[in-house]
Amino acid sequence: MNNSTGSTAAVRAAGVNIKDLRKSYGSNEVLKGISLTVEPGQVVCLIGPSGSGKSTLLRCVNLLEQPNAGTINVGSFEATDPDVDLNKMRQSVGMVFQHFNLFPHLSVLENCTISQTKVLKRSKSEASDVARRNLERVGLGHFADRFPDQLSGGQQQRVAIARALSMDPQLMLFDEPTSALDPETVGDVLAVMRKLAQEGMTMLVVTHEMGFAREVADRVVFMDAGVVVEEGPAENVISAPTQPRTKEFLRRVLDPTHIDVAD
Amino acid sequence: MAMTARQRAKVSLYVQAGIFVVAVAAVIIAVDWKTVGNSVFNFAKIGPMFPDIFLVGLKNTLIYTALGFIVGLSGGLLLALMKLSSFPLYRWLATGYIEFFRGVPALLVFIAFGYGVPLAFGVQWDVFVIVMISLGMVAAAYIAETLRAGLQAVPKGQMEAARSLGMPHWRAMVSIVIPQAFKIVLPPLTNEVILLTKDSSLIYVLGLTASQFELTKFGRDGISSLGAGLTPLLVAGAFYLVITIPLSLLARKFESRSARTKR
Ligand SMILES: Nc1ncnc2c1ncn2[C@@H]1O[C@H](COP(=O)(O)OP(=O)(O)OP(=O)(O)O)[C@@H](O)[C@H]1O
Ligand SMILES: [Mg+2]
Repeated sequence: MNNSTGSTAAVRAAGVNIKDLRKSYGSNEVLKGISLTVEPGQVVCLIGPSGSGKSTLLRCVNLLEQPNAGTINVGSFEATDPDVDLNKMRQSVGMVFQHFNLFPHLSVLENCTISQTKVLKRSKSEASDVARRNLERVGLGHFADRFPDQLSGGQQQRVAIARALSMDPQLMLFDEPTSALDPETVGDVLAVMRKLAQEGMTMLVVTHEMGFAREVADRVVFMDAGVVVEEGPAENVISAPTQPRTKEFLRRVLDPTHIDVAD
Repeated sequence: MAMTARQRAKVSLYVQAGIFVVAVAAVIIAVDWKTVGNSVFNFAKIGPMFPDIFLVGLKNTLIYTALGFIVGLSGGLLLALMKLSSFPLYRWLATGYIEFFRGVPALLVFIAFGYGVPLAFGVQWDVFVIVMISLGMVAAAYIAETLRAGLQAVPKGQMEAARSLGMPHWRAMVSIVIPQAFKIVLPPLTNEVILLTKDSSLIYVLGLTASQFELTKFGRDGISSLGAGLTPLLVAGAFYLVITIPLSLLARKFESRSARTKR
């Protein structure tokens, strides 16, 4: 992907390399040997039915969950090395959650500066410059002094993205970033993500937005029951799937008349 | 006979009012007002209690309560963190401590630290130190449970978001989780202070010099020296209310505020 000639500096993108990843909760094996590569600057969308292990996979990448077996490399970090500097690694991996998880006791600006000052030891003024730049980037420059509960869901999610970007990550993980949003605010969040992709950020995105996946993703990975069933360029996996399970899943997601009880 | 809901409500109101009137009348008839006037509401003879009950008693009650609260809050926070620790020994120690000090009467703790420990170890403690230790150790047990509940009431996503930004666990606790938990525990913590204020009266089991007297001690001394019956206790009780009612109002204010900002 080419870096756009935007106002922001080119992203130093990191790649991700996952090999034979296994994760169990008790006797329930949720990830059954996942291998997945994301090249620096690539956007990979992770799709699949509820409970297939998408969130778990994403959370393993920045070690919010401890894998049971396999290796994960993020840029120069080997995440699964027991001696890895976890906090250092996480500084270069941005995570965006389905429910935003903004810090409600801090203003929008403070949400974006607290980790810069406390972790990266940036000065207050530098941190707040970086934060304002990233709030501009997500279109919320004038909301810096508000508190999270004064924002709509879509605005909160964009703040969450700005908060992650303020740490200058080399990889961004998104776990269903638009699933908790009102339909009319989904577009704003997707627009921000699209721009980020154009700027060359490495992105691993769990999503049910097939339009976004088709348009932005370099590759789409379909997961079911803890295994990768099918992967490839978006136009192949989404428009011309070869595996029966993928076809069945897409038929259900893309058919607007289908009522999915599980959602 | 059938009644409408409105009629039923009216009858119920009359019945309740009737019961109240009868009860008050019974008390007025049954009580020996002459004796009560001499030994409970005998305000003519309590002059000598002032101004010392105010300048010394109230002051000391406030000091003892504050000392107990400071120790209780620090100890309680430590115990709460121990109870949530991933290290089992800490959890057991904290649980043991909390169950013990919540299970034995505070009076016994005062006696133990006022007489037992100084005797056993041949030390001479100032009354303020004894109060600080006994009241503080009892308070710590109760406050620990309050704080633990508060810490656990902060959504898990807050810790995850903080860790994802590269914050070490302790930093996430200090900057993200504890400030939010603090808002949650403010009302119950205020109630702890009310309980402590009253528990500070247990100090009467220690030998006190006049300058160490607190409200209850003033009340008890007044009974034997003033010949006004129980009236001095009534005065002491009124002073407790001067402390506890504002606290109670404060707790309610905190409660309504946190209810308003709840999301
Ligand atoms: N903390 C946990 N403890 C026990 N089981 C868990 C835990 N987290 C997830 N699971 C289980 O792991 C499986 C995969 O969960 P995961 O959240 O990764 O699915 P998902 O693909 O993200 O689903 P969704 O689309 O609903 O978000 C599910 O069966 C779930 O019940
Ligand atoms: Mg999920």
